[in-house]
Amino acid sequence: MTTEPLLRARDLQLGYGEFVLMRHVGFDVRAGEIFFIMGGSGCGKSTLLRALMGLHPPQAGQIFYGKQDFWGGDEGARHGIMRRTGALFQGGALWSSMTLAENVSLVLEEYTGLSEGDIRDQASLKLALVGLAGFEEYYPSEISGGMRKRAGLARALALDPPMLFLDEPSAGLDPVSSRMLDDLVLELRDTLHTAFVIVSHELASIFAIADNSIFLDAGTRSITASGKPDDIVRDPKTEMSALNFLTRGGDRSVAA
Amino acid sequence: MSLRVSVGGQWSMDAGLPSAAGQALADVAGRRVRELRLEAIDLGRWDTSLLVFLVRIVKAARARDISVDMELPDGLKRLVGMAFAVPAQEGAARARREEAFLAAVGGATLDMLPQLALFFRFIGEITASFKRLLSGRAQMRMQDFTDAIYESGVLALPIIALTSLLFGLILAFVGAVQLTRFGAQIYVAGLVGIGVLRVMGAVMVGIVMSGRVGASYAALIGSMQVNEEVDALSVAGISPVDFLVLPRVLALTLMTPLLTLYADVMGILGGYFVGVTMLDLNPAEYVNATMQMTSFRHMCIGLAYGTVFGVIISVAGCRQGITCGRSARAVGLATTAAVVHSIVGIIVATAILTVVFNVLEI
Repeated sequence: MTTEPLLRARDLQLGYGEFVLMRHVGFDVRAGEIFFIMGGSGCGKSTLLRALMGLHPPQAGQIFYGKQDFWGGDEGARHGIMRRTGALFQGGALWSSMTLAENVSLVLEEYTGLSEGDIRDQASLKLALVGLAGFEEYYPSEISGGMRKRAGLARALALDPPMLFLDEPSAGLDPVSSRMLDDLVLELRDTLHTAFVIVSHELASIFAIADNSIFLDAGTRSITASGKPDDIVRDPKTEMSALNFLTRGGDRSVAA
Repeated sequence: MSLRVSVGGQWSMDAGLPSAAGQALADVAGRRVRELRLEAIDLGRWDTSLLVFLVRIVKAARARDISVDMELPDGLKRLVGMAFAVPAQEGAARARREEAFLAAVGGATLDMLPQLALFFRFIGEITASFKRLLSGRAQMRMQDFTDAIYESGVLALPIIALTSLLFGLILAFVGAVQLTRFGAQIYVAGLVGIGVLRVMGAVMVGIVMSGRVGASYAALIGSMQVNEEVDALSVAGISPVDFLVLPRVLALTLMTPLLTLYADVMGILGGYFVGVTMLDLNPAEYVNATMQMTSFRHMCIGLAYGTVFGVIISVAGCRQGITCGRSARAVGLATTAAVVHSIVGIIVATAILTVVFNVLEI
């Protein structure tokens, strides 16, 4: 892929207060690319994702969307960029006072001029794409955790954003739903050229659909491997922590 | 007959569906079509607005048993396939719920009896928990009890001081307007003293504590329900009533009469301020009149009101928290209900106790 990056992270330093979680983080994400952020628990994956989504400012460094400096610009510009992205949170984060259809419809009502009927059909389509056809009038409290997660993805897809952030999308999903989600991600990448930034421990997904990835290491507080997961595994220079993660499975690698 | 529908050009959500799309849907629904052929000609950039149209037309065709043949780009065809991949579960779909007013009133009325039964069951559970406490078997941590004492008592002192002082001022002002017409302004001391000591001090504390503590109990325990923390207690063999409800009920039942005493002092101070500064009463005269017109009995009655209010507020708050649903919305509803039930309970209890004290002539 040789297109201009949609997202560029440059020399990011992330943390809370005085505590530095990660430094010298840099990478590019291009249109139609599936980008995975990997690493053990507590290494800063979700903090990095929150910085990319506009929810937690980095301590240093820059994030660019196209040519716009995400955190360097004013808040209005940042909100403009955030509107062009979608996010799936770990627990789904659905608005509990609204039905699933209303959850998906809200941003369509706010940011498009679509008619009521078109909005309803858009919401039904997005729910059908994640396997929730017929559940439009259910409240989040009336469905299972896995269904809530899928509904969260439908909401993230509402505006067909060019970039989607998914935090642990497969966690809590059954294998069939997890595979279906991977298929959907691939189809959206291929048809709408949607870029995905995904935080995940799901090795099957990582190897099946990742175009690019980084591995964050809690020990060195930096990126210790990057590239396609298959290439990382084959590279003899790959650090042990990343190799353990990709060959032995997720957080258990830390103890290996 | 066979109907051929071609899609092409740019499809964008911002532009909405093209007018020809409506015509195509009408053709599928209206004509004697046996076969529908969907094809793409010069298809440019598209988003899910195209997908919405294709899903609509395929649904309309399927509803009339029209066979559908898709000659579309592979990706688009696969996405349409994914939209139909998981069919709606039988019986899962439900219409938008719009309950009629009378049906809502009827439902709420029918729900009252079971709710009342649940309320008495909860009271029973607290009583059993209290019995366990007396026999030293309650699973209550002393730390939770002292924390609840601090939060519901010590931290409430500033707001109780402010509201009670102002209430004493208001009561004295209102009384003074009438009493000065008869040259009886000294009776402002009695009006404020008896009013505050006997009932109004306790009512003021009750209302403030309903909003401050009752709501907080409901929100805290309700949030624990949402996070399954209450279930975790039950599974660990720890009674949620012993662990969460009992320390809070005991703390508030203990603290409300003490706060009532504090409110009484502040209320009388408010009246004293008006009497001395606005009504030109001598300070010693005002204090003397207050002591003559009030009695220890009035204070005890006020403390009895306060104790009852403490039980009402803590039980209402904890019960709403324990029976809370598992969503943020449910926590909001539980918090509102806790405050409403507490205030209504306080007013009803005041009415009943006032009648009882009058009948008993105390």
